Amino acid sequence: MSQIPLTHILFLSTALFFIGVYGLLTRRNMITMLMAIELILNSVNINFIAFNKYLYPEKLNGIFFSIFIITIAAAEAAVAIAIIINLYRSHHSVDAEDASELKY
Amino acid sequence: MFSNFILSLQHELWLFALIMLLLCIKLGSSEIKPAPLLLGINILLGLNFVSGFFFHHSGSLFSEMFISNELKDFQKNILNLGVLLISLQSFVWLKSHQHIIEFYVLLLSSLMGMFFMISAGNILMLYIGLELSTIPLAAAANFNLDKRVSSEAAFKFIISSALSSGVLLLGISFLYGATGTLQLTELSHLIHNTTFLVFTLILIIAGFGFKISAVPFHLWTADVYEGSPVAVTSFLSVISKAAVIFVFTKTLLTAFDPLQSVWPTIISLLALLTIITGNVFAIRQQNIKRLLAFSSIAQVGFILIAISSNTVTGSIATVYFVLIYLFSNLAAFGVVSLISAVTGKENINDYKELRKTNPMLCWVLTIALFSLAGVPPTAGFFGKFFLLMSGAPNNNFAVIVIAALNMMVSMYYYLRVVKIMFMDKNENPVEDIKIPWYSSFALIICVAGIVLTGILSGSYNYIFSIH
Repeated sequence: MSQIPLTHILFLSTALFFIGVYGLLTRRNMITMLMAIELILNSVNINFIAFNKYLYPEKLNGIFFSIFIITIAAAEAAVAIAIIINLYRSHHSVDAEDASELKY
Repeated sequence: MFSNFILSLQHELWLFALIMLLLCIKLGSSEIKPAPLLLGINILLGLNFVSGFFFHHSGSLFSEMFISNELKDFQKNILNLGVLLISLQSFVWLKSHQHIIEFYVLLLSSLMGMFFMISAGNILMLYIGLELSTIPLAAAANFNLDKRVSSEAAFKFIISSALSSGVLLLGISFLYGATGTLQLTELSHLIHNTTFLVFTLILIIAGFGFKISAVPFHLWTADVYEGSPVAVTSFLSVISKAAVIFVFTKTLLTAFDPLQSVWPTIISLLALLTIITGNVFAIRQQNIKRLLAFSSIAQVGFILIAISSNTVTGSIATVYFVLIYLFSNLAAFGVVSLISAVTGKENINDYKELRKTNPMLCWVLTIALFSLAGVPPTAGFFGKFFLLMSGAPNNNFAVIVIAALNMMVSMYYYLRVVKIMFMDKNENPVEDIKIPWYSSFALIICVAGIVLTGILSGSYNYIFSIH
């Protein structure tokens, strides 16, 4: 049985990355923007694991890196959601358009 | 073995002990009044700064993940000094705030992240340090909990820093795919001049560029600086920028050495864009924090010129300039934070006739702005001089000339503030502020630094000798 080639996986991860960037730039809901960030970070995880498994299977560098990325993404999301909750208290909305007092 | 562990990690262990102590005080239920608590914390930070000078140890830990040497110790001492000064300056703001301990825990954990980042010998360690230094800062940016702009600034900061670390990580993952290692020293043997690796390099420069707010990745800077409390703004503009610049220089000079035909061009292009954009936008600012934000963008451009020279002289000039920049910018922010904490005024036009009501603050701010502009007797001139000199051997004289012309443009907006303070009339000027001794002590250190680092050549020679 033939293996899935590396290029397919890289295509998947790159597509995920840019879907994440697109979502971050177009979405106006702060929670959805956070989800887009998670997409970006997870696409990098796929990259790391794929490179590790296909090209350098003798060492586990890439897998370790992806574990740390998952942990840090969780910490980042926790802080971001705390900030969003605080912002909701003062603005009564989680729409990015409403938080627009700082300009130019 | 054990002494190697202690000595290599001395800065980090000190900070860890401080953070744990603060957490214990927080968890212990007894209420401590703000004044003695702040005095204790400032004394401990002072001890932390002094202790950094006693031992110098070169060694590596955790199979070369963590490297310490004299240069890195010196860079950490610079950051320690900056945090001490910021803590002294924010006394007036903090003494009426109810979450003093949390503020210090956030600031010190961020500092710890920067220490690990500076000492990193492995990209994994570098990435963890970078994140440890930005995530607590986003929480600290929201520290004026009831202000609308503060939470907006924090949200903008965390989203843009998350995007930037995403871009950086994509670059690192491709680098790993191409070379199979994450060790910085091994990378320099495995990187070759291929299109794929140049693409990787661009991604990594973009990721770092976000953190040091180089144009075109600067858009978050002014908003975050304006919305955050002044203490956090000065931390962002001096400490976190300095740490990332140290790491950026080292990464480019060591790991990306084989690509040295490519990255100096990119960096000098970024430098020009950064200087011009920072200056042009600084001209029209009315808020003093935004003005200092754009001025710090322009200063980063000058640092990038020295980095683009790809020489040891360039990296020496970078460290030297960061030391001077720390003194000048913290002197400016010290005055701004004092006036903002007492009166709440942050607009440049509120500073009219500051000379009559607060002569000392007025003179300190003037000296700081002269140093930022690079006027000769102050240290800022020598810093900029060495930066441009180290950029010159690369034969990119056009870059140097444009940068030097831009120093003229920057004179305009720095001296405009000086002119407003000394010459303009004002019906209700800033009231006569009683300066607490914490702030005056910090301001005296800053002014002494501005005057002495330039004239006494010892600091430059010391940085030269440890490179």
